[in-house]
Amino acid sequence: MEIPYTVKPRPDTGLWNAKIGIWLFLASEVMLFGGLFSAYIFLRLGAEPGYWPKGLLNVPVGTINTAILIASSVSVVFAWAALKMRNFKRYRLCMMFTLLCGVVFLGVKLGYEWPAKYHHFGAFIKPEARAKYEEFLGNEHLAAKGLHPRVEISGHLENHDALHDKEIKEYHIRLDAVNADPTSPANDHPHFWPRPMSDKVAHVAKEDVQWASMFLPKHSTYFAVYYTITGLHGLHVLGGLVMFAYFLLPVSTRLYQKDPDHLANRIEVVGLFWHFVDLVWIFVFPLFYLL
Amino acid sequence: MSDPHQHGSPATAADHPVPHDAAHFHDHSKLYLGVGAALLVLTAATVGLSYVHFGSEEMNILIGMLLATFKASLVALIFMHLKEEKMTIYQFMLATMVFVTGLFLLTLLAFKDHIVL
Repeated sequence: MEIPYTVKPRPDTGLWNAKIGIWLFLASEVMLFGGLFSAYIFLRLGAEPGYWPKGLLNVPVGTINTAILIASSVSVVFAWAALKMRNFKRYRLCMMFTLLCGVVFLGVKLGYEWPAKYHHFGAFIKPEARAKYEEFLGNEHLAAKGLHPRVEISGHLENHDALHDKEIKEYHIRLDAVNADPTSPANDHPHFWPRPMSDKVAHVAKEDVQWASMFLPKHSTYFAVYYTITGLHGLHVLGGLVMFAYFLLPVSTRLYQKDPDHLANRIEVVGLFWHFVDLVWIFVFPLFYLL
Repeated sequence: MSDPHQHGSPATAADHPVPHDAAHFHDHSKLYLGVGAALLVLTAATVGLSYVHFGSEEMNILIGMLLATFKASLVALIFMHLKEEKMTIYQFMLATMVFVTGLFLLTLLAFKDHIVL
């Protein structure tokens, strides 16, 4: 039995089935991401001064990834238009380009951005011990300028065993630029280009540490919500890639031969999903990388 | 059209003639490219302006979110064809907006709920 309204629109709504389906799905997606973004707002508004980190992510890499997603949004809408104009070769080229963009985006995210964070370490200093580490925190300088205090010493953990070994009483941290030279005005605000690590190593006693962790979800509410939202977004990118790959298989060629508008409708639907993924990233990028 | 081994696309092109509004689609391609370029420029603006101090952190967040909302609107209106969509879809959108606003307000209610120790 033929399913009605897969290609031709239903007369009363003017819509074909999948269009209704994808928009209802996107409505549920708005609620899913909406819940997480409202969690972000809640956590950020509730963060004590100094506990919402800034400038920890690589902004140039994030900017390039944003541009890649935008390019893929253009190419997926071009793929759909190519089908409407019965240009199958162009459709396939556009889909391959879109697929490539998605692969690069995920590759950068999972192969570079996330692992760089796993190798980074931060120790939050107890309020009563902060004066002791003034040379790494520079809080007198920040207070004089009316800026939020610095509560964390971060960098590369030189003695990795300290994470697990209770016998080791201190962390040896090769410092980030902000902690190596905390009173430099250059470190008062984040920068576009990541600042190089210093060679200076700080010894931080465990008894002075509130909590310490690699830059993983447990490091802070910031990283917890960062990994949750970018992880869920990454899963959506992966889902898009599976569909793009499917639409490059011979099964789509056969559908095109049978009814090109049916394939065009499917591409419109996968395109709507992909634009939504792009749209979510448009908010993720400034909220986590910039502001 | 020169490669006969390509999965049958040349034959289908004849079976399914280009619709009358093909020229119409071509015009849109330029629009899509323009919107893509605008999104790239706006991304650069978002990055650049985030390093300008507008008096307070809240002001910077407001400007960043206004730019993001504008970019998202471009994607929704042009790429997702919301500019010319059917009434049913707009009804879905309206319901979604109501529910998602409620969701955000619910979270913020927590700030009214003071913890008594």
